[in-house]
Amino acid sequence: MADTITFGKVTAVPIAPVRGKGYWASVITRLVHDPVAMAALAVILTIVLAAIFAPYLGLADPYRGSILRRLRPIGFTGYPFGSDELGRDMLTRLIYGGRLSLVMGVTPVLLAFFVGSTTGIVAAYIGGWVNMVVMRVIDVFFAFPSVLLAIALSGALGAGIVNSIVSLTIVFIPQIARIAEAVTTQTRNRDFVEAARISGAGTLTIIRVHVLGNVLGPIFVYATSLISVSMILSSGLSFLGLGVKPPDPEWGLMLNTLRTAIYSQPLVAALPGAMIFMTSISFNLFSDGLRTAMEVRQ
Amino acid sequence: MSGAIVEVNDLTVDFRAGRGTIRAVCGVDLSLQPGETVALLGESGSGKSVTLRAMMRLLPKSSRIGGRVRVDDRDVLALSAAELTAYRGRTVSMIFQDPGLAFDPVYRVGDQIAETVIRHEGCSRAAARQRGLELFERVRIPSPGRRLDNFPHEMSGGMRQRAMIALALACRPKVLLADEPTTALDATVQIQVLLLLRELQREFGLAIVFVTHDIGVAVEIADRIAVMYAGRIVESGSCAAVINTASHPYTKGLLASRGHARMGKNDRLKAIPGSPPDLSAPPPGCAFGPRCESFVESCADQVPPSVAIEVGHEARCIRLLA
Amino acid sequence: MSETIALDPRDRGGAGTRLLDVHGLVKHFGGKGGVLTKKNDVVRAVDGVDFFIAKNETIGIVGESGCGKSTTARLVMQIIQPDAGEILFDGEEVGSPALDVRSFRRQAQMVFQDSYASLNPRLTVEDTVAFGPRVHGASAKAAMTSAHDLLHRVGLEPRRFAGRYPHEISGGQRQRVNIARALSLQPRLLILDEAVSALDKSVEAQVLNLLLDLKRDFGLTYMFITHDLHVVRFMSDRIMVMYLGKVAEVGPSDRIFDTPGHPYTAALLASMPSMDPARRTEEAPLSGDPPNPINPPSGCRFHPRCKMVAAVCSVVEPALFNAGGDHFVACHLANPASGHPGA
Repeated sequence: MADTITFGKVTAVPIAPVRGKGYWASVITRLVHDPVAMAALAVILTIVLAAIFAPYLGLADPYRGSILRRLRPIGFTGYPFGSDELGRDMLTRLIYGGRLSLVMGVTPVLLAFFVGSTTGIVAAYIGGWVNMVVMRVIDVFFAFPSVLLAIALSGALGAGIVNSIVSLTIVFIPQIARIAEAVTTQTRNRDFVEAARISGAGTLTIIRVHVLGNVLGPIFVYATSLISVSMILSSGLSFLGLGVKPPDPEWGLMLNTLRTAIYSQPLVAALPGAMIFMTSISFNLFSDGLRTAMEVRQ
Repeated sequence: MSGAIVEVNDLTVDFRAGRGTIRAVCGVDLSLQPGETVALLGESGSGKSVTLRAMMRLLPKSSRIGGRVRVDDRDVLALSAAELTAYRGRTVSMIFQDPGLAFDPVYRVGDQIAETVIRHEGCSRAAARQRGLELFERVRIPSPGRRLDNFPHEMSGGMRQRAMIALALACRPKVLLADEPTTALDATVQIQVLLLLRELQREFGLAIVFVTHDIGVAVEIADRIAVMYAGRIVESGSCAAVINTASHPYTKGLLASRGHARMGKNDRLKAIPGSPPDLSAPPPGCAFGPRCESFVESCADQVPPSVAIEVGHEARCIRLLA
Repeated sequence: MSETIALDPRDRGGAGTRLLDVHGLVKHFGGKGGVLTKKNDVVRAVDGVDFFIAKNETIGIVGESGCGKSTTARLVMQIIQPDAGEILFDGEEVGSPALDVRSFRRQAQMVFQDSYASLNPRLTVEDTVAFGPRVHGASAKAAMTSAHDLLHRVGLEPRRFAGRYPHEISGGQRQRVNIARALSLQPRLLILDEAVSALDKSVEAQVLNLLLDLKRDFGLTYMFITHDLHVVRFMSDRIMVMYLGKVAEVGPSDRIFDTPGHPYTAALLASMPSMDPARRTEEAPLSGDPPNPINPPSGCRFHPRCKMVAAVCSVVEPALFNAGGDHFVACHLANPASGHPGA
């Protein structure tokens, strides 16, 4: 049906725009018309903005506890979301906790996006034995479940925020590289790349002009879908004591320390988990929407 | 007309596209006697395939079908899901350009044909397989017994096309809908498939609606030709009438743009200018008007009615009214 | 049509030198078994092909799928490397110090069948057409100006089309962009690989007319590959018929159509749908599918499908025999000394 929508010379078309609509412009238009993706984006933005501007929101001190006001229920005067096992305000800690949780969710994916896509694109474009060696090394990483790999790496590197970011980055690089390799291999065999080659363009020019524009999009979509995994894994590491150290607020760690209160204040104890769930599902829904918006070709 | 096996009246098909709708088929009338072949001839976007799919109720949910489609005295547009399953394959069946649409790649071709026969007729597996063997012989697949055990990818293009025809005829339908079944084939294989279809049609008394963009193919296969443009049938008549006394400027243009044997080297072809209209914003009146050599202002006033040139030969062009 | 020949400053050998001369071109695929991969069959895609293209000529190359016509085009364009054979361009061997691949490609360009796949969806029409000159060092402004000129030349008004993306224009318009892109380096040879096959008939005629005009205006030479015999007749000066990786027949197009020398050519022509409702085809000229080029038949590769087959055909492979004029036929029937009873 591609030919039905045409701008024939003879057909009466009002003066057509000089500039066509670029691919990304049309992706954004479609994305804006996707209510689910927009709702997910709104949730993400709210959490991110609250985390960034936390000090200006007039919240309580996230570190100051009170032995007397431990484990207040949700809705208790002065404690809209209750208090934790050390009597610290849950609302404050959930908002501050978003800072570390988001940093630990997004940073590894971002780093892995740069390293992984470079590796995958270069390997695929060069092809031959280089590609084979790179892909076999990546297969080795795939032999381990990502949770196990993250725990093992963090354990080896030692606890701490930086180390858990490093270990998660290492977990995600092979996954992104594999996708990058797959889409690049597809693209480099398309006719337009061949046409560019026979017009005498060098490898770097072809990658820059003809390959990157067509592969970064799909890789980016895949990477956004990894953010939720990354958040859950980093919370997991903190829960196990391999990530953030107390008393810093972080959702995974909060989940761990509140676990003793599961019988006395189950709703309060579940709050950090709810935050992890809400954020990661929002990232997932947004990534799905982005993928759908990007899929339409014609 | 009485006795018609296929009767399509004022068929319209709309697709939702963005905020608007696109009218892909617009008031198509078509009728076939048993044992008759009609070619729907048109370019991409002319609505020929959509018309065919509407007759099979194979259109996506986002479409709206209007008008009346009667096949073998049944109202196709009113069939329930269960009736539709019986209707497809038993009364009407379809062949495609790509046999991949008809065959599942993970099952043997013979098993798929047997499966279809069993589902529709409830006979034994042995009888169904026997039917498959007869059909393979009938469509002239060499060593049919062995070929029944092939997977689709083990067959060559022309053979897969023959196997698909065998599958389509498995339950002895009365009507065969063919959607460009020879377009992807080499000319040498195409003519074999066309001859085979002609032969099967005579033998089984099939009515065939054959969709194609190639006038030559239409001439080889059809008793009657209906030329479609922008969702309407602009000219229809017997094969000889449409080819020898083409009356609509579009049909004439198509025939002229083919060139002819007496052309000198580097002579220009007589091409139709412009491109097919955008169906979401069709031109007023005659949709071919903007590309037509003999355009006059009144062409844009209204959609031209169908004018009879002689018995059974009609065209939609206002200049024929005079 | 011959006035422009001597005017091209790049013309080295003069009008008499062939623009393209191909000798003994061979390309086999597969066959190399690796350590972990199973040894597979050799596909003899192109198996000893000789032909030439004169300056300002259009040669049509026809044949069924698997005959090697597209592979030949890719070999000439140096997209894939031949196993054997020599390609001379205006008297110089392609890939030799006198004519390296990069300078050859400035003079030979290609248009592919799939108009959409051969355009980068992320580039505007003008950027696509300007890409080649930019790569070869033209300034952005000069490249853009020449892109607009070319777009105008192929019938796309730059004001309306230059800024558009491939998905916003029709198939015919996209193929015009591909032609403009191919012309952007001012080539002398244009390889058209089924370039109009995917277009609607009414649009196809427009693009064919455009190709005729461009050939005249730019003094181009065409290698026109198609499976549509109808189109090839009036586009080509000469026609080459290929069968299973070999040349079956080559000659002036009228000779090929009026008095085909090879039974395969005759069958191919007879397979074209009749345009006369009163005289429809009654018998298929060939039975079965084109065989695939793995393990081709001995002797003449066409002999298992040939109606004129004789004992000699399965034993001796016929060479191209000069049947008079520029007409060469690889069939024992054409050669009185072949030992074929019908010759």
